[in-house]
Amino acid sequence: MKVFGAFIIKEFNHIIRDKRTILILIVMPIVQIVLFGFALSVEISNVNVAVIAPTYNSNINRLIEKIDANEYFTVKIRLNNYKEADKLMKEGKIDAVVYFEKDFDESSIKDNTPDIGIIVDASNPNTASTENMLLSSIINDFVSSEMNKGNIHTTPMDINVRLLFNPRMESSYNFVPGVMGLILIIICTMMTSISIVREKERGTMEVLLTSPVKPISIILAKMVPYFTVSFVNLITTLLLAYFVLQVPMEGSLLSVISISVLYIFLALALGLLISTLVKTQVAAMLSSIMLLMIPVIMLSGMVFPIESMPKFLQYISNIVPAKWYIMAIKKLMIEGLSLSHIIKETVILFVMTTALISLSLIKFNNRLE
Amino acid sequence: MENAIHVENLTKSFGSFKAVDSISFEVEKGEIFGFLGANGAGKTTAMRMLCGLSIPTSGKGTVAGFDIFSESEKIKQSIGYMSQKFSLYEDLTVSENLTLFAGIYGMKRAVIKEKSGIILKELDLWREKDSLVKSLPTGWKQKLSFSAAIFHNPKIVFLDEPTGGVDPMARRQFWEMIYKASENGITVFVTTHYLDESEYCNRVSIMVDGRIEALDTPKKLKEKYNADSMDTVFQKIAVKAQRGE
Repeated sequence: MKVFGAFIIKEFNHIIRDKRTILILIVMPIVQIVLFGFALSVEISNVNVAVIAPTYNSNINRLIEKIDANEYFTVKIRLNNYKEADKLMKEGKIDAVVYFEKDFDESSIKDNTPDIGIIVDASNPNTASTENMLLSSIINDFVSSEMNKGNIHTTPMDINVRLLFNPRMESSYNFVPGVMGLILIIICTMMTSISIVREKERGTMEVLLTSPVKPISIILAKMVPYFTVSFVNLITTLLLAYFVLQVPMEGSLLSVISISVLYIFLALALGLLISTLVKTQVAAMLSSIMLLMIPVIMLSGMVFPIESMPKFLQYISNIVPAKWYIMAIKKLMIEGLSLSHIIKETVILFVMTTALISLSLIKFNNRLE
Repeated sequence: MENAIHVENLTKSFGSFKAVDSISFEVEKGEIFGFLGANGAGKTTAMRMLCGLSIPTSGKGTVAGFDIFSESEKIKQSIGYMSQKFSLYEDLTVSENLTLFAGIYGMKRAVIKEKSGIILKELDLWREKDSLVKSLPTGWKQKLSFSAAIFHNPKIVFLDEPTGGVDPMARRQFWEMIYKASENGITVFVTTHYLDESEYCNRVSIMVDGRIEALDTPKKLKEKYNADSMDTVFQKIAVKAQRGE
């Protein structure tokens, strides 16, 4: 146990003395979270609106004036059909459409069937939701104050909202689980494998292996510091997400941390496995990047929704551990579901972790021989 | 008195390839034993078996009185090992390295502290005890690496090409350290590429293609092969080699 402690101190020294790496390890998650968060700003400005109506009556004209008067919106064009609107939106000339299916008058208001709708370009989900909210409230205000005088009917109208290009309203929230999945994999897997392989390259591993120290304790001692660093990263990511990006923390914090710890173990085991397969630090780094980072970014659902991938890639995505982790974290953090809803993800991650640990220990022992 | 190393018909095969082909020899206690051979002759494989890193395919042997098949843990406790890379941790300080390597062998902290003080003063490294190893010149790293290998007072120390890349002056000083260790009763098992160094050994074995072709004192080997230096002896023996690099 004393020897084990000495090894852990040694590993911490390795990390702490490598100033550049420790800086990257600590700062990278912060930068990523902040970049992803603010690149997807919710601030809106200069929203160009098109209006579609079969005939332009005075009500519609007054509503258009109302919208145009708002500091954020400019009514660019009045149209008669969808086709043109569609073209203009694709060209990026307009950002939102307000449409009237039939005449917009007192009688349709009374029946609560005005058939009025909003179409928003949701390729930027955050601005889209703000635009949608503002337009809806302008229309509702208009209806209740100008067209509904003396009428008791004051409930807001049903406005049909269609969000183009991103119907599920994926928001920057969804990047947070993704970034967590990515950072933990990079730090645990890449750093562990590099640090084990470095000992092989420098010849210090040989010396350790000729000593009475058990190989397994050398490896475990390596995992402790990287586990600590990952845990620090996990906490900073969660704090930033909650306080800076205002990501809701719907589910229980304890569940989020538990599933993350499981994922960290998985990443450490993966790092150990890579270290038994390669001989140089460069190879360790390259295989970590090729085998892990790219699949994590491309196939985990972090950037591209898995449902919209070709079937073939959907099958492959099942073996990317980050996919299951990100799914679990989304459910816990954003959808606020309880642990009982992520049993499938937990079991899959657990099985993967066990398999990786056994595989890498077998490999590790074989290599000694 | 028991020998430090004793092996009989030790063999290591990888498939049909016999890396080490039935070697037998003994190393006496306190002896400086030179283990020579061209690259690929099987030196490293043989040494790995003696250090308990690799299990022999057949044969038998003891190192420091322990069986190489069943007691490799005890062997590891009684040996020291220094590789050609002077395996120290470059980003740890001089005293941290010594403390770590001594700690592995279960030495007490107070003992380590006292002994490393003595050793560092002997090596004239006392002022550098808190410097990172990477800032030291190669010759000093080599001495420090050797000191770390014999710090826990092993019965046998294995040196794998310990003088590669060091200047002649440092090599001389290094051999003085080896002699001193040997006087203190540590058996030294050393492989080297520098044939002039083999003259400093008590006895020398020369491996060719996995077998030991010659084993004797440098003096007798030179007489037997009618050569004026170990270099010539080696040339005459190694010329039989079939295996390439």
